[in-house]
Amino acid sequence: MLGKLSWDVIPFDQPLPMIASAVVALAILGVLAWVFLAGHFPYLWREWITSVDHKRIGVMYTLLALLMLLRGFSDAVMMRSQQALAFQAPGYLPPDHFNQVFSAHGTIMIFFGAMPFVIGLMNLVVPLQLGVRDVAFPTLNSVSFWLTATGALLVNISLVIGEFARTGWLPYPPLSETAYSPGVGVDYYLWAVQIAGVGTLLTGINFVTTILKMRAPGMSYLSMSMFCWTSLAASLLIVAAFPILTATLAMLTLDRYFGFHFFTNEAGGNMLMFVNLIWAWGHPEVYILVLPAFGIFSEVISTFSSKPLFGYRSMVAATLFICIVSFMVWLHHFFTMGAGADVNAAFGIATSIIAVGTGVKIYNWMFTMYGGRIRFATPMLWSLGFMVTFVIGGMTGVLLAVPPADFLLHNSLFLVAHFHNVIIGGVLFGAFAGYTYWFPKAFGFRLHEGWGKLAFWLTLIGFYATFVPLYTVGLLGMTRRMQHFDVPAWYPWVLVAGAGMLITTAGVVAQIIQLVVSIRQRAALRDVTGDPWDGRSLEWATPSPPPVFNFAALPHVEGEEPYWSIKQRAREQNRLRDEPEYEPIEMPRNSPTGFICAFFATVMGFALIWHIWWMVALGALGAFATFVVFAWRDIPEYVIPAAEVARIDRANRSARREALATYTGPRP
Amino acid sequence: MTAIDVRERDPYHLGHRGHGHAPGHGDGGPAPIRIVVGYGFWIFLLSDIVMFSAFFAAYAVLAGKTAGGPSGAELFDLRNVAIETAALLLSSFTCGLASLAVTARRSSWFYVAMALTFVLGASFILLELREFAHMIARDAGPTRSAFLSAFFTLVGCHGLHVTAGLLWLLTMMAQIFAKGFRDDILRRFMCFSLFWHALDIIWVALFTVVYLLGASR
Repeated sequence: MLGKLSWDVIPFDQPLPMIASAVVALAILGVLAWVFLAGHFPYLWREWITSVDHKRIGVMYTLLALLMLLRGFSDAVMMRSQQALAFQAPGYLPPDHFNQVFSAHGTIMIFFGAMPFVIGLMNLVVPLQLGVRDVAFPTLNSVSFWLTATGALLVNISLVIGEFARTGWLPYPPLSETAYSPGVGVDYYLWAVQIAGVGTLLTGINFVTTILKMRAPGMSYLSMSMFCWTSLAASLLIVAAFPILTATLAMLTLDRYFGFHFFTNEAGGNMLMFVNLIWAWGHPEVYILVLPAFGIFSEVISTFSSKPLFGYRSMVAATLFICIVSFMVWLHHFFTMGAGADVNAAFGIATSIIAVGTGVKIYNWMFTMYGGRIRFATPMLWSLGFMVTFVIGGMTGVLLAVPPADFLLHNSLFLVAHFHNVIIGGVLFGAFAGYTYWFPKAFGFRLHEGWGKLAFWLTLIGFYATFVPLYTVGLLGMTRRMQHFDVPAWYPWVLVAGAGMLITTAGVVAQIIQLVVSIRQRAALRDVTGDPWDGRSLEWATPSPPPVFNFAALPHVEGEEPYWSIKQRAREQNRLRDEPEYEPIEMPRNSPTGFICAFFATVMGFALIWHIWWMVALGALGAFATFVVFAWRDIPEYVIPAAEVARIDRANRSARREALATYTGPRP
Repeated sequence: MTAIDVRERDPYHLGHRGHGHAPGHGDGGPAPIRIVVGYGFWIFLLSDIVMFSAFFAAYAVLAGKTAGGPSGAELFDLRNVAIETAALLLSSFTCGLASLAVTARRSSWFYVAMALTFVLGASFILLELREFAHMIARDAGPTRSAFLSAFFTLVGCHGLHVTAGLLWLLTMMAQIFAKGFRDDILRRFMCFSLFWHALDIIWVALFTVVYLLGASR
């Protein structure tokens, strides 16, 4: 009746996960109880859960990402502290648990931390920068988000019910085959990532269509903002790469569930094929994460240097160059697997070449700052920290791209330090820069600068204190994923890395305090005009937070910096543009389709993990019924009357008029 | 520019308005919804084809790995496959007829063409299932060898797509019945027919790579 499910699967004998999950469960129950008792549920359901507004979905993505970053970070703290304690000692995490922790850490950080963060910012900003009212498929967007949330939920359920994979964040066979991983851990991984992956693929399709087919009148490809360009490149990569992940995980699933022989050791299976296929997705995935971050840095550096982006066209070319070449380097993840010297050399060279695109970007950012009036606000600090950190990470990457060097460094902590260097220094710093930069746009008030700067410095110092020792210890021969070790030469470095983790933790705490303090002081931090940073792209032409329809009238775009030219004209003539002729606006109606669909996906995923076949059928039927009900809707849109549009726009215009009257900066 | 303007200047909703400028290409603002829906669905189809290409690649790697079991030459019945192919290609033709019926707003022809499409698609699935059953009965199931794992997955994945298409086809007929030739329903039908034809394209590749090459091996 319940498949493999029984009371035995709950780890009552392991205090650590039980206490952790009890605390989390209590917190969730507490929040839910508060929501229902205080009567907030109708508001949440109406305004957030069923919302198809790209801005709301973006905020929910970002919230999910922040929560999952905390979860993944607690895993990181456990690993560092375990290693600090496990010199010639067993430490406090048994091997079985330690293996689950590092697998969960990687899976959560990439799929449920970094991805939702980047996609959340894309959701919030891209339609605003394109000067349009929503993405191409708003309800599909909501489905995407809730499917991602389903994946995150399944991974976290594995903490209490059953176990998680012990295979690392990419489940290489034969270890991940039933013979060596008979438990449900790998199944949790497979279904969580598969469901979230479908959500990501739909996002990719949605954003390619949005960016290529929905732009404000007059906005040609070469007048799109840099963030839109990098989002386009990332979305194209999603469309081209995520189906490979889907197929690869499906093959492993068939091996595990039905005894197929794709990657097994017997009957002709080929486990190296898994490694090839997973990295044919995995390497583009790296650029799916970092390209939007590059876009964020471009926006931030240009805004806070008060200059247009240097070398816009070369930036576009570099982005598309990276987009294509990212599909030609996957083999550098397994130089040691015996493809032969010629193949290794070809991929080593391609890997070194891809650094050229990033090099172009670094120089462009430096020349953007050169001669500018630089304001060192928090987003700019994250960007500067990125430029230094990422260059170091890039250089260790080029070092690893040399096959003979890779044979020494493969699977060592040097490699771990390298990819954390580029993912933290690139993706995470970018996400935090975007988070502080666009927070006022999403909520109408800025984040506290003091706490933000403190968080930046603590995170930066904590990062170096943690990962420079790991580079060193990797060169000394320490391999990754060690539950305990007994080489005295490594010990001091591992201790320093553990101490670095404490500094990073302080950075995380500062970031949380920043949010709390900012919410409490929101009146003082209010963004009245909608343009708190003297911005240059179209999102700053809207009020903060923008109304559901974004623009009262779609802006007419001329040139590369549409909002900057509008603003400069206003400053020149000392008056705003003429009031547009307000018309009623049609917007898509909210829909619970995404939420209900994800509910059935959760049921189905859970049932598949535990082999509860009747429940699988029920979930599938429910999901199909949800789609049919949605397809049967008669009124997809509602109308916002012209008077309402006028009221909202006039309020913002008067705020902007006041700001213009008191403007004392340089005039063109 | 208002929606009426676009319709007058662009009667076939092709997105082009002369002078090489097209909405969504910078000049005229967001493209009409029909263009956006069709474009998005094409992107989805491309992603689906990428997924199939991963299964094709896996099949190509494993095609010779029979592990002492039967090979394609011993298993494939080209006559059966030829009938399958004929059924599927004909179903694409009848699906095309359904599109014409939609353009002409002739609901009776639409139902007839769609019913024919369903019958042809369903017979394709039945023939495929019969082939699978025969193979499993003679101990040539997917667990026998890596070659057969890859074969059943690749062909089965296409079969699952056709089955999903049949489900969609029935839903589509019910929608036209309930809602008539409404704009949003027409857009959905356009996506359905794109999907159905794309399955044909994949079958042509599959027929060639798996069956024709396999039978000669």
